[in-house]
Amino acid sequence: MKNMLPFEKPMADIVTKIEELEIESKQSSIDLSSSIELLKAELESESRKIFSNLSRWEKVQLLRHIDRPKTIDFVKTLIPDYIFFCGDRLFHEDPAIFSAMGTFGDRNLMVIGHNKGKDTKENILCNFGCANPEGYRKALRLMRLAEKFNAPIVTIIDTQGANPGIIAEENGQSEAIARNLREMFSIQVPIIAVVIGEGGSGGALGIGVGDRVLMMEHSIYSVISPEGCASILFRDSTKAQLSAEQLKLTAKDLYHFNLIDEIIPEPLGGAHRDPRSAIENVVKSIQTHLMVLDKLSPSHLMDSRYEKYMNLASYDSIQRFNG
Amino acid sequence: MYSLKEGNMISFNRSNKPTIIREQETIKTSDWVKCPSCKSITYQKQLEENMQICPKCNFYFKMNAKQRISLLLDEGTFQEINPDLKSFDILGFEDTKSYAKRLEDSMQKTSLNEAILTGKASVENNPLAIGIMEFEFVGGSMGVVVGEKIVRLAEYAHKENLPLLIISSSGGARMQEGMFSLLQMARTSGAIGRFQQNNGLYISLLTNPTTGGVSASFAFLGDIILAEPGATIGFAGARVIEQTTRQKLPPKFQTSEFILDHGQIDKIVERKHIRRLLGRILTFYKRGSIYS
Repeated sequence: MKNMLPFEKPMADIVTKIEELEIESKQSSIDLSSSIELLKAELESESRKIFSNLSRWEKVQLLRHIDRPKTIDFVKTLIPDYIFFCGDRLFHEDPAIFSAMGTFGDRNLMVIGHNKGKDTKENILCNFGCANPEGYRKALRLMRLAEKFNAPIVTIIDTQGANPGIIAEENGQSEAIARNLREMFSIQVPIIAVVIGEGGSGGALGIGVGDRVLMMEHSIYSVISPEGCASILFRDSTKAQLSAEQLKLTAKDLYHFNLIDEIIPEPLGGAHRDPRSAIENVVKSIQTHLMVLDKLSPSHLMDSRYEKYMNLASYDSIQRFNG
Repeated sequence: MYSLKEGNMISFNRSNKPTIIREQETIKTSDWVKCPSCKSITYQKQLEENMQICPKCNFYFKMNAKQRISLLLDEGTFQEINPDLKSFDILGFEDTKSYAKRLEDSMQKTSLNEAILTGKASVENNPLAIGIMEFEFVGGSMGVVVGEKIVRLAEYAHKENLPLLIISSSGGARMQEGMFSLLQMARTSGAIGRFQQNNGLYISLLTNPTTGGVSASFAFLGDIILAEPGATIGFAGARVIEQTTRQKLPPKFQTSEFILDHGQIDKIVERKHIRRLLGRILTFYKRGSIYS
């Protein structure tokens, strides 16, 4: 198995056995297909068992898998004829945020997402999806542009957090994120936020205020990364695993707490095992939600977005978890 | 501190009832405060009379919410709203201490229910809606209740047609409430935005420290942003930035003075001048609304 994760070991063992039998059957021309079929069934049930019982920390490892589909993969499927846009008009172009408009079905769609890059060279160029103030400012500029094209906005969230940098602080990282949080309430087109991997803190939320917030099955969304939490609260960076459990950061947790609208299922073994169908599931879900949101007038849309957030994680809403 | 202990010894020796006399005659070590900046030692009472500023070197000690009230507001005008909202442990969170215990300890230490007081008051006879954060309560961090109180305050200011002042002092979002706390950034920003859209004036006063999820939400959305001298203000922690960038941080990085230079705030105001300045801004604002 390629790029296996530690908890996938029992599956990998079966895969090895299957491969051995297949070679043997070819070389000796003995028909081993029935044994192979049995093993394949075993592999399927073993995978189901493992993936339906992943710990939170195992999910963190899974979503950081090197082959997990990235923002750009979703953009290519969502809006194949896309035009991408650059710059905040104030300071710099930030490659950590990718923004493009194109055709989705028969209409315009603006997609704005964290760009982690596909290989080491790209990773470094886009700073692993950790955006600077200019990235957040570009995102906001393009949300306003989307209004002119009557293009609904899909934001794709996949970042460990906003960039902790010297220049980022000098240019007002706080102000850039805060402004987005405020202004996203007054965007006149539908906004759907999709967490595809790591929803890291303010850097994720900075493009994450939406009429709908969707999460892929194995993604996480958290106030702080498990590693950050471990080093700040536990004063012990080896406690990341424990932190992940404490923070209740998986899609399942947040759906349980009523903080997100939908969990988008992933193929067995995670999105990287079958990227095409993983992306297809996201596309379908966006289509379904857009059909509902399309019917709302801009003022109705903004009012219901405001109401949604005033009720979300509100004092009244948490009382049912008390005691 | 050592000499104080000697003082104790003397009073002990002079008395036949040492315990009682120790309590009456000597000054507890907790009554003395060492300045983290110039290391000189000041009597707590003297420090309070000097607005929590070191008389030797002008270092700004943190002020608690009640001290802020007496520093800034017209006497007896503060009327609290939503005083009874209390937090609880939603996630079952436990780090070096359980969150439930942390809340309990903070309530005891501060005699407050949460890390912010909200209400109505007046400054130099100008009525306003006001929120004052309390750093001693779980590091002034923002969880559901802090977020809720700010949302309700902004809506209250809108309804009552009052200008809004929030005095921040916070390490950021409250990690022990996980995603519930992160969402308060969106909630508070949304509520402040709606208040501002309706022409409400929001003044944000940043005090030491204002960082993380609080700086990246309502604290930096002020129509006017003021800061006390020497406060730590920024998004990411300095240690994290140093480790990530492996660069030496510039002098005064993430201080009030630094962010003033970088165009992020309007003004640095000394403690003794805050009340007067607020009074002037609010008077101008009142004048504007008469002419509008």
